[in-house]
Amino acid sequence: MTTAPERAIEQRDALGEPSDPYPQGQVGRPVLRYGGGDRTSGAQRFVADLRFPGSLQVALVTVPVGCADVLGIDATAARAVPGVVDVVTAADLPSPMPRFGVSHTDRPVLADGRVNYHGEPVAAVVAETLDAAQVAARAVRVDFRELPGVYTLDDALAPGAHRVQDPSLRPGHALADSNVLEEAHYTWGDVEAEEARTEVVVEETYTFPMVTHFPIEPGGTVAVPTDAGGLDVYSPVQHPYLLQRTLASVLGLPLNQVRVFAPDPGGGFGGKQNPKLEPLLAFLALRTRRTCRLVLSLEETFQSMRRAGCRIAARTGFAADGALTFHSVDADFLIGAYADVAPRVMGKGSYVAAGPYRIPGVRIDARAVMTNTTPSTAFRGFGSPQVSWALESQLDAGARRLGLDGLEVRRRNLVAKGEAFVRGESAAAADGEWHQSLEKAAELIGWGTPLPPGRGRGIAVGIKPGATSGLSQSLVRLLADGSAIVYAGTSDMGQGARTLWQQIVADELGAPLDQVSVVSGDTGTVPFDLQTSASRSTVFMGSAVLEACKDVRQRVLALYAESTGVPPEQLEERPGVLVTPDGELGLPEAARVALGSLRGEFMGQGTRRLRGKGKHPLGGDAAFYEFNATAIEVEVDRETGELLLTRHVTVSDVGTELNPLQVVSQDEGAAIMGLGHSQMEQLLLDEHGRIRNLGALDYRIPTFKDVPVELVSAAVENHDGPGPYGSKGISEGALLCTAGALGAAVADAAGVVIRDLPLTPERVWAAIQAAEAAEQDAGSAEGPARHHPHRSPVTEE
Amino acid sequence: MTSTARIPDHLDDDPLETVTLTVNGSQRTVAVPTHRTLLDGLRDEVGLPGTKSCCAEGECGACTVLLDGRAVNSCLVLCVEAEGHEVTTVEGLSADGLTDLQEEFLNAGAVQCGFCIPGQVVSAEYLLRTNPDPDEAQIREALSGNLCRCAGYQRIVRAVQATAARRSER
Repeated sequence: MTTAPERAIEQRDALGEPSDPYPQGQVGRPVLRYGGGDRTSGAQRFVADLRFPGSLQVALVTVPVGCADVLGIDATAARAVPGVVDVVTAADLPSPMPRFGVSHTDRPVLADGRVNYHGEPVAAVVAETLDAAQVAARAVRVDFRELPGVYTLDDALAPGAHRVQDPSLRPGHALADSNVLEEAHYTWGDVEAEEARTEVVVEETYTFPMVTHFPIEPGGTVAVPTDAGGLDVYSPVQHPYLLQRTLASVLGLPLNQVRVFAPDPGGGFGGKQNPKLEPLLAFLALRTRRTCRLVLSLEETFQSMRRAGCRIAARTGFAADGALTFHSVDADFLIGAYADVAPRVMGKGSYVAAGPYRIPGVRIDARAVMTNTTPSTAFRGFGSPQVSWALESQLDAGARRLGLDGLEVRRRNLVAKGEAFVRGESAAAADGEWHQSLEKAAELIGWGTPLPPGRGRGIAVGIKPGATSGLSQSLVRLLADGSAIVYAGTSDMGQGARTLWQQIVADELGAPLDQVSVVSGDTGTVPFDLQTSASRSTVFMGSAVLEACKDVRQRVLALYAESTGVPPEQLEERPGVLVTPDGELGLPEAARVALGSLRGEFMGQGTRRLRGKGKHPLGGDAAFYEFNATAIEVEVDRETGELLLTRHVTVSDVGTELNPLQVVSQDEGAAIMGLGHSQMEQLLLDEHGRIRNLGALDYRIPTFKDVPVELVSAAVENHDGPGPYGSKGISEGALLCTAGALGAAVADAAGVVIRDLPLTPERVWAAIQAAEAAEQDAGSAEGPARHHPHRSPVTEE
Repeated sequence: MTSTARIPDHLDDDPLETVTLTVNGSQRTVAVPTHRTLLDGLRDEVGLPGTKSCCAEGECGACTVLLDGRAVNSCLVLCVEAEGHEVTTVEGLSADGLTDLQEEFLNAGAVQCGFCIPGQVVSAEYLLRTNPDPDEAQIREALSGNLCRCAGYQRIVRAVQATAARRSER
């Protein structure tokens, strides 16, 4: 009898050719999630579930506008609230105000005389109870003067616009006296010359909204002062070691005095990578010499993280056969009031603004534009979904003009394995058989088969550079009874990293799966890992774990030789076994023999470091690319503008599925998240820069009812990745090109092209109305050639 | 200590009320200010943090519990309103080890970050108790008040279907 997960995988494999044989043992099997039982029973402890008896509670004080000068803060009434221990303002922190940030050291611990976005704290109240803290926070009187903040790209780029950042923070920088924080420029070939052989030029502008991560766990921080004058900090972060470094830096402490405990994030998606309020909590704890605890509301989380909005003006040329000739892009990323990692989102996203295509002439000019809004940060896809939306829509526009379909135009332009898609100084070539994913998606959506009226299909591809550099380390201890403990600093935020380490160690050391445990989330015991982001962990940490296992086996071999007198050259270590002159010995048995009666253990170390390249705009070549093909079939209700997704296919180029069940979970989850920004999600601001749809009531994310009628996740496995057993990172692929596929499907179904996300019912309905009105105005004149006889001609807005 | 999104003034003057309720089969008496929700009471006073807090306004379903056998958002029920009533939390469902439903959540790959899962499990259990053989549309409808940002929706539907099948075999 097969288990449920095996059935799920069989169903999945039945969709295409059978998967290649998995490497061995546990790897490649749908092993159930490490720690999954606790996650279903309620025993899993997230940061808000941890108890700190005697701790103080923190509430934040903000002002109700997005940009203001703080003229004065009167905490008299707040201090009088029973139970209040302290009210801390900028004046109580070191001067100059400590600042931090991953790309620019620009973010203050507390607003320093100037509020730069709505929700930026100007003071913090510390009290014995949460009620007292919240009541006192309201009693803090903040005298402020609203400033003409900039909340849109046009505001920020207007001559004489309010400057979000004090120019003194970027001394000598050419852009210091503007709201452009950084620019990126990529160019190859000769765009103008290519126009000469161009049949069709498509020139359009696309927008992608600001959206928020909306992790179901809002998060929070607890800071505990230690007797030694240091701090223990609990925060559900993706990058515990970055938080440790940041806190040590702003507090002036050595790293060993700052210990970060990172309980599993209840959803991260990039939003929990970089420090935000932790430095404030650290100062509060050191100041009060008490444990200080802040659990965020969902509203406060909205005000802490979001994806950069984007406006892309694109000009794209096609030869008569559909071959792309040039692509010219101006991409403005609407970032927030502090840099966070947004410049890198802009730089890395725009690096692939010409997509996985063979384009002889390309010009990409991108800018990260600061506004008085929530600092934008990493968010699954890291700039790629924005540029993909524009590029994929351009491809379909060109195809329609040339009488090609969406599949054909991509077939003709998608690069083959080894072929460059980024040319010039920092070239990049396809590291996978990407055409296979495209063809598989087309096959699974039934591309070219007849559809009932009112339905349409779209297909798109997306690409994202994986991680480019950095160190991941692991320790593996093989204990005397053959069980093992893995130390790996990857944060397990739902992707299931620990499950993979368990599988790898089980196979490599011959330990039973349930006798491999994983320790993570503690900088005091677990060795350094740069970060949990960019779908890097399988490749980077996975390789480190693999190497640590090899190190263990070599140590077993050496001690076995010493203990038994068998010459080491007559021994050989292989995954799970020691090969002796008398035959194979299971590694646990070999370890027992080697250790002898006094027992002990073996400890192996593994390291994976990718050195960056100083001159590379991404800091180095991507270790791998995530590639995805998505195809969507949609039914459009012309009366309401509502979209019913009847089938949604996602195919990712995964290298090797180390755990097919987890690959499916990540892939489906990314696909649905992609539908969020494609169909419904957008942060809306009022004229004061406040988020109008702040919270779950007004900000819609996909629910059970928004899942496509059929959602099909498939994978292409060619074992050609740089990770263990040929794996690649896979967690972002399925949302890279969701919008493009959906937009094309809507155009096919309803005959309208929309270039602003999300494709809300209002937008779709309005476009249909406008198209119908235009059609009536044109009388009964024939429209352009119809590629589907039952559908209306496509109207280019 | 759970953060509450919208609070009236002068909460600190709120008198403590003594509330006696049955939680997972045991009678519990707690003292809470009147403005505290059942969610707060369960997490902070009864000491059962398996029920999660996210939106605190009845939209996300992370705080779902059974109140006299019916699924409710515990963030929308005042703790004092639960006086004399019977509450079952996720911990109560799995008091004797993982239930068939919880096992099927794991088998289906429905559990990712896990934060929404206690609420999902309680809502799904309520569905199966009231409709032992739901079709896919009914499952989606019944669980539509439970958000999952990891978007394990399709996996969760499979888990509920598998559980229904297991239970019908019994």
